[in-house]
Amino acid sequence: MSGVYDCLVIGAGPGGLAAAATAAEAGLQVGLEDDNPAAGGQIWRRGNAAVSVSHSAEQWMERIRSAKVDVLCGWRATDAGTDALGTPFIRVEGLGGFRDLRYRKLILATGARELFLPFPGWTLPGIYGAGGLQAFAKSGFDVRGMRVVLAGTGPLLMAVTAHLHEAGAKIVAVVEQAPLSRLMSLGMHLAPSAPGKLMEGLRYRLRTMGTKYYFGHWVSEARGDGKLERLTITNGSESFAVEADLLGVGYHLVPNTELAQLLGCGLENGFVRVEETQETSCTSIYCIGEATGIGGVDKAQVEGRIAGFSAAGRIEKARSLFAARDKQLRFVERLAAAFALREELRGLAQENTLVCRCEDVPHGALRECHSWREAKLHTRCGMGPCQGRICGPATQFLYGWHAPAPRPPVFPASVGTIAAVDEAGVHHE
Amino acid sequence: MKEGTAISLNGRIVEVPKGATVAAALLQHGAGSRVSISGEARQPLCGMGICFECRASVNGRAHQLTCQLVCEPGMVVVTE
Ligand SMILES: Cc1cc2nc3c(=O)[nH]c(=O)nc-3n(C[C@H](O)[C@H](O)[C@H](O)COP(=O)(O)OP(=O)(O)OC[C@H]3O[C@@H](n4cnc5c(N)ncnc54)[C@H](O)[C@@H]3O)c2cc1C
Ligand code: FES
Repeated sequence: MSGVYDCLVIGAGPGGLAAAATAAEAGLQVGLEDDNPAAGGQIWRRGNAAVSVSHSAEQWMERIRSAKVDVLCGWRATDAGTDALGTPFIRVEGLGGFRDLRYRKLILATGARELFLPFPGWTLPGIYGAGGLQAFAKSGFDVRGMRVVLAGTGPLLMAVTAHLHEAGAKIVAVVEQAPLSRLMSLGMHLAPSAPGKLMEGLRYRLRTMGTKYYFGHWVSEARGDGKLERLTITNGSESFAVEADLLGVGYHLVPNTELAQLLGCGLENGFVRVEETQETSCTSIYCIGEATGIGGVDKAQVEGRIAGFSAAGRIEKARSLFAARDKQLRFVERLAAAFALREELRGLAQENTLVCRCEDVPHGALRECHSWREAKLHTRCGMGPCQGRICGPATQFLYGWHAPAPRPPVFPASVGTIAAVDEAGVHHE
Repeated sequence: MKEGTAISLNGRIVEVPKGATVAAALLQHGAGSRVSISGEARQPLCGMGICFECRASVNGRAHQLTCQLVCEPGMVVVTE
């Protein structure tokens, strides 16, 4: 497209879909782009034809279509700049090259990724993220009859358990590091503030009856010859072994804030800081969903609607949704408290356990370092293609380091793209 | 009747469900995606385009993120 979008939305998860539909229905010309082959984000991931998309996903898609939102899938936002006339753009990269999408208002709905904590054996084939394993199962990996252990922390574990159980996997154990007492108190608080979520949790629980749940436990080691065969599960004082074909393990979520940081948006406690209207510290740039606080699908959608209305100048409409959004925000804090990580997890990595999987840097080489900067200089930790997206949050938990603001491009770009940016004299803040 | 897509995986013709990602095809057929710099066989990890563990050569293009690529009939996938 050669023109300028009134509003460009990055990320087509529940938040981005709601934002794009709302802004377009309010009369804006809207572009919506995502790096996956299809819209839906993490929860509404569209896989092979056998997997149906949930009801509200279909509703948003219908509204997206009738409001004539320009949808671009399979394009990843890697950089930002301004053209010769001073109009800002986001550079997106796909298989065929790159495109610059110009905009007047920008809504960032980049979601979250899983937190991975290193433990002995965690790089063995057969070990995936918990959400990662679900994503593979949704996109064509047949898990029928496989012995699966799900471990880590967070509400995602139960959702994934239910899904894999339905897909025919044999769930050997679900291992949640949070103690049951903390989850019970979360459950009690949920009743008045988020009944939908409580019901969801119960439903998952019921559908997976017969599954062994271990609360206050974690996986301390994985072994196998070339692939996962056996896991050690512990509560710190007692340990036992289980045999498994697959392990899905994730320690809840960390926000994808790199693009927002590149644009100069301020953060607060690691999340993108927003006003009531979802506007960031940068004028005309909004942020919604997991990137502003981990709260799930309902929070993402209500924030998306608020941002869509705000971007279109319908402030009264946006305001009418503040109360619903604030209810979701209370849930964000409760979630974080209930699934806070226990100290013992810091002790899992041994001398030779890899922390950085791109550059194969072990814990033994990192614990001598005092900062992320020093580690990068001495060990190449975080200098591989993931640009520290996996090891950065792990080192923050293990050693208390803070990764500096990302530098462009926020994803490794092809040589051609980098050259074009330089030629155009694009300035980065 | 189950619809499928046939791709070439390390020289072998394999059938995957229609719409499957290349990463899912690797897992289904027990293939690793890459070999790490210290020589470990790796498989996809995150399933969402973040970790870069799933990269493999697709139709002659090296280092493609297979978790975000859908299998097309006749696609040629080569892993390390
Ligand atoms: C792997 C995983 C699985 C999950 N499964 C569930 C589940 O089963 N049930 C549940 O309730 N919750 C699940 N969640 C939690 C999930 O975060 C929320 O439920 C919900 O999807 C959040 O919506 P969102 O719009 O904020 O973000 P997301 O749904 O994460 O959408 C963000 C989108 O932005 C895209 N994106 C990010 N950066 C870029 C970029 N630079 N360029 C282009 N596109 C980009 C992402 O690929 C993604 O499609 C899962 C989370 C993860 C990480
Ligand atoms: S599996 Fe992590 S990037 Fe593809």
